[in-house]
Amino acid sequence: MKRFTGFVLKEFRHIFRDRRSLFILFGMPVAQIMLFGFAITNEINNVDLAILDRSKDDTTKEIINKIAASEYFSIEQFLDSESEIAPVFRKGKVKAVLYFEPDFGKKLIQPGRAKIQVVTDATDPNVASTVSNYIASILQSYQQETRRVVEPEYQVVSEVRMLYNPELKSVYMFVPGVMTVILMLVSAMMTSISITREKEQGTMEILLVSPLKPLQVILGKVFPYVFLSITNAVVIVVLSIFVFGVPVNGSLFLLALESILFIVTSLALGILISTISATQQTAMMVSLMGLMLPVILLSGFIFPISSMPLPLQLISHIVPAKWFIVIVKGIMLKGVGFAYLWKETLILAGMTLFFIGLSAKKYKIRLE
Amino acid sequence: MKNENAITVSELTKTFGTFTAVNAISFEVKKGEIFGFLGANGAGKTTAMKMLIGILKPSSGQATVAGFDVHTESEAIKRNIGYMSQKFALYDDLTVRENITFFGGIYGLSRKRIQEKSKQLIEDLGLGAVGKSLVGSLPLGWKQKLAFSVAMLHDPQIVFLDEPTGGVDPITRRQFWEMIYKAAHAGTTLFVTTHYMDEAEYCNRVSIMVNGKIEALDTPKNLKQHFEAATMNDVFLKLARG
Repeated sequence: MKRFTGFVLKEFRHIFRDRRSLFILFGMPVAQIMLFGFAITNEINNVDLAILDRSKDDTTKEIINKIAASEYFSIEQFLDSESEIAPVFRKGKVKAVLYFEPDFGKKLIQPGRAKIQVVTDATDPNVASTVSNYIASILQSYQQETRRVVEPEYQVVSEVRMLYNPELKSVYMFVPGVMTVILMLVSAMMTSISITREKEQGTMEILLVSPLKPLQVILGKVFPYVFLSITNAVVIVVLSIFVFGVPVNGSLFLLALESILFIVTSLALGILISTISATQQTAMMVSLMGLMLPVILLSGFIFPISSMPLPLQLISHIVPAKWFIVIVKGIMLKGVGFAYLWKETLILAGMTLFFIGLSAKKYKIRLE
Repeated sequence: MKNENAITVSELTKTFGTFTAVNAISFEVKKGEIFGFLGANGAGKTTAMKMLIGILKPSSGQATVAGFDVHTESEAIKRNIGYMSQKFALYDDLTVRENITFFGGIYGLSRKRIQEKSKQLIEDLGLGAVGKSLVGSLPLGWKQKLAFSVAMLHDPQIVFLDEPTGGVDPITRRQFWEMIYKAAHAGTTLFVTTHYMDEAEYCNRVSIMVNGKIEALDTPKNLKQHFEAATMNDVFLKLARG
């Protein structure tokens, strides 16, 4: 036991002496959660519009005021002719142009139909479609307020309720993803690098010749990262609760247990990577290509799995991160308990055992 | 121990698939002896040494190290030997003292013992001024001497040195061999592999491995006489060229 604590102490010294790894360990989680929380968002705010009003009557003025008053848009300039539309888009600042047809107000009363054309810059398709949706809904609410339209005798009204994330905040979606990425990065990449570093330096050989058992060596290497990963998970959850107001609707205790399970999964992967790579560089490349890309692209973190082609959906099943994201979303946003998550938990646990078994086998072969 | 030998090896063999890296070698190393283990690259020295220090299982044959069997008692062997590898292997990002404490710790020395040892060691090596600097900042020669002292930290019966003086300047090599003599004088057995044939002359006895077999084993003096060579270098060349 005393040998083990000495080993762990040495491991912590390595970590705290190396500025780069310290930065990855503690800078990354904070930077990522801030980036995803504040900067990377699917919502739109203060999109610049240009207006081409061929009618210039009270109605169009009211509509324009209403749009200008919303936080989503700011009116950048007024155009005088159609020929100005294309140059405005080419400059790039304006994302949409609203075109009111001549005699807009009059036509709205008689014959009761008036047209607005919404031209958007679809080089960014997401923004374009969101902008046109927002404008449509502003127009709709304008109509309802002024009641200038006669309500049809019957109509289908869809009342939408957004469960679990009523304001559709994107940070709700990013927190589980960022947590997964960070835990994976710290646990798998950092351990695989630190184990291969011992191999590269030749100190691994010294350790194997010492009375320490190989299992003790591996546990000693891994233990500090368990501790650091847990710290990171706590930092991420605290930041998301207090800075972004993401709720934890389910049990914090369950969230902690599931996170520890995922940390162990990642550590097992890290050890596996270290058994197949001889140098730190290889370990890093394997971790980045083999782990980070699937975690970001195939886990449902950013791109929904249900809209992927079937082969990719199948591959996503073997990405541990996918299951962890389901678990975290379930606990934090839906507030469900273990009864709903046992299947995902079981899959993660199974994967963990598989990775541990495989790396134990590889490690033995190397020693023989 | 009644046995006068620190290491006994008989018919020790290691095969990798169809390739025989070590072919039925037999020899004995006496207690307190400096035993030179020579051979060209790929002759099988490192493989043989790895079997003796308990990190590689022999394919066949017998060997005892410090009285323990390499097949069944490798854990006991590990407690009783010291090892210094050809790669300089201390932690560059730890200080001199931290390295000593760490390696003392994994060999199970008590805290008090570690303190005594590191004080004495730092004094002996004249490292007092740099005890708190990172090992990475020391010149290679100092690192090598430190690595040797660390391998001796737990007072092992036998120390295995795998090309300990690679890339070190002649003065440091000389000092290094003085340390080896001192250790041998104190009763430690030293098992040294080396490329430098002038160093072979410093050993009590020398074995020369060619293609997995031990082709010659005697004192440097006798070997030179037997092969009618002026230096160990000539002995080695005669053997290696066949």
